[in-house]
Amino acid sequence: MGGFLDFVSRHRVAAVVLFLMVFPWVLPYEALAVNILLFGLYAMGLNLLFGYTGLLSFGHAAFLGAGSYGTGIVMVHYGWPWYAAILLGVALATFFGVIMGYLAIRSRGVYFSMVTLALAQCIYYIFYKAEKLTGGENGLRGVKVEPINIAGYQLDFLNPTTKYYVILAFVAAALWFVSRILGSPFGAVIETVRENERRSAACGYDVARTKLLAFVLSAMICGLAGSLRALHLSIVPIDALHYLTSGQAVMMCLLGGMGTFFGPFVGAAAFLLIEDLVTNVTRYWQFVVGVVFIIFVLFFPRGIWGSLLHWSRR
Amino acid sequence: MSAPILVAEGLTRHFGKFVALKNVSVAFEGGKLSAIIGPNGAGKSTFFNVLSGAFRPTSGRIVFDGKDITGAKQHQFARMGIAKSFQITNLFPQLSAHENVRVAAQMRYARFDILTPRASMTQLIERADALLERVGLAAARNQPARDLAHGQQRSLEIAMALACDPRLLLLDEPTAGMSPEETITMMDLIVQLAAERTVILVEHKMKLVMGICQRLIVLHHGELLAEGTPEDIRANDEVRRVYLGQGNP
Repeated sequence: MGGFLDFVSRHRVAAVVLFLMVFPWVLPYEALAVNILLFGLYAMGLNLLFGYTGLLSFGHAAFLGAGSYGTGIVMVHYGWPWYAAILLGVALATFFGVIMGYLAIRSRGVYFSMVTLALAQCIYYIFYKAEKLTGGENGLRGVKVEPINIAGYQLDFLNPTTKYYVILAFVAAALWFVSRILGSPFGAVIETVRENERRSAACGYDVARTKLLAFVLSAMICGLAGSLRALHLSIVPIDALHYLTSGQAVMMCLLGGMGTFFGPFVGAAAFLLIEDLVTNVTRYWQFVVGVVFIIFVLFFPRGIWGSLLHWSRR
Repeated sequence: MSAPILVAEGLTRHFGKFVALKNVSVAFEGGKLSAIIGPNGAGKSTFFNVLSGAFRPTSGRIVFDGKDITGAKQHQFARMGIAKSFQITNLFPQLSAHENVRVAAQMRYARFDILTPRASMTQLIERADALLERVGLAAARNQPARDLAHGQQRSLEIAMALACDPRLLLLDEPTAGMSPEETITMMDLIVQLAAERTVILVEHKMKLVMGICQRLIVLHHGELLAEGTPEDIRANDEVRRVYLGQGNP
């Protein structure tokens, strides 16, 4: 078991992509697989900040939403092609990341979390009120992805399997990018900030700038998740920006194991599978998720993947 | 006398109404081993923290290598070549001993590089291993820093301070909490280090530093009481009075 996990960790991007390629075939339907893919990426973006840099943001829905709305608005109102719209969605999320990060890193601990929450609420209301552009409460409808031709092959988003694999291609690229960040010198610096800020500064690292860059990179990844989600749903619901969506990412990270590469995906899968299974039985699926969450926080603080890693290495 | 590498000019530091450091001026010569001593509450740690960039002085100037660095940020001190170790052990607890040193060594080469694989930066990996060997921690290479024994953690502190090859090394009570044997090993190491670079250490126990330092700075009630060679200090009546008055020379 330990050897296998080590092998997986060494080739983590290949392993997770391979797994995700067969993933839709083991699930009851593909929309669930796409959801897990998107929320996994979203949680992974937060994990870069929360698990690795040690900063708990309660406002990451702002970036998921900015990615979604950025992509949706230029497609619906300006007729941009979807691939260009993804770039714009990510750019918008990154822009919000710079502003929110710049303001939030001035405070620490629980105050940091509160500032991110407050700023995300500001962004929520801006989009909520800009009804002409965003559709306000009804959400932005009609994000229609036109089929495109790539070397004679029709890419049609109406086919769920095609859609899954197109989205997977983007997610795979993002996974590779995150893996590179974590394995880079900067990846080591963010861990020192999580471990001991004072010492990190004494070692010569500019803690404030390190936090800001981590924040912006994290926003960028979440923005991509949001952008792809707009294409997947073909609408942008206002919920994308809601603080409950921010909380979801935090729960997914904790459930799967914060500060581990696969944790966010495992957490997203667990969360959405519970939701999917329990809604068949009762409307109160959030109660079950809540109980599971509490059990994990109290008894398995390392999360599902984190605990597996821990037991296998003992 | 060689040119001073670090000059404190009239350093004063207030904490609210309390004056922890009062108008202290000292010039530290390059290439020497100096020690800041004094009884409890003499302002040694405050002086150390001001010199190493952790606290800003309320007034006064710090000049390093001819440049005024007063008010520079903590990380800028390290970048200019002033490294320090902490009195209370201050490591990256979950990271391995090797990673603690490696990341400290990395500072000169890469801070915001998000794409180069760390595994390819072999010179840093080797440097960290060499430093662990030097402070006697080679066997503990892969242990998380929090699992190390107290003495080992103190040694790791020194290895980390050395990792970025500083011109000036500031050590705050490097032997605090160590056993007598560990203390001797540590003092030997400090003497070796002082042969290569300027070292300033803060020490509570006067006896420890008398034999190895070239220069002593004695603080008392936040003020400079005396400064000179160990012989000068030993012959100084005021220093004697202060230390004897405390009952524990």
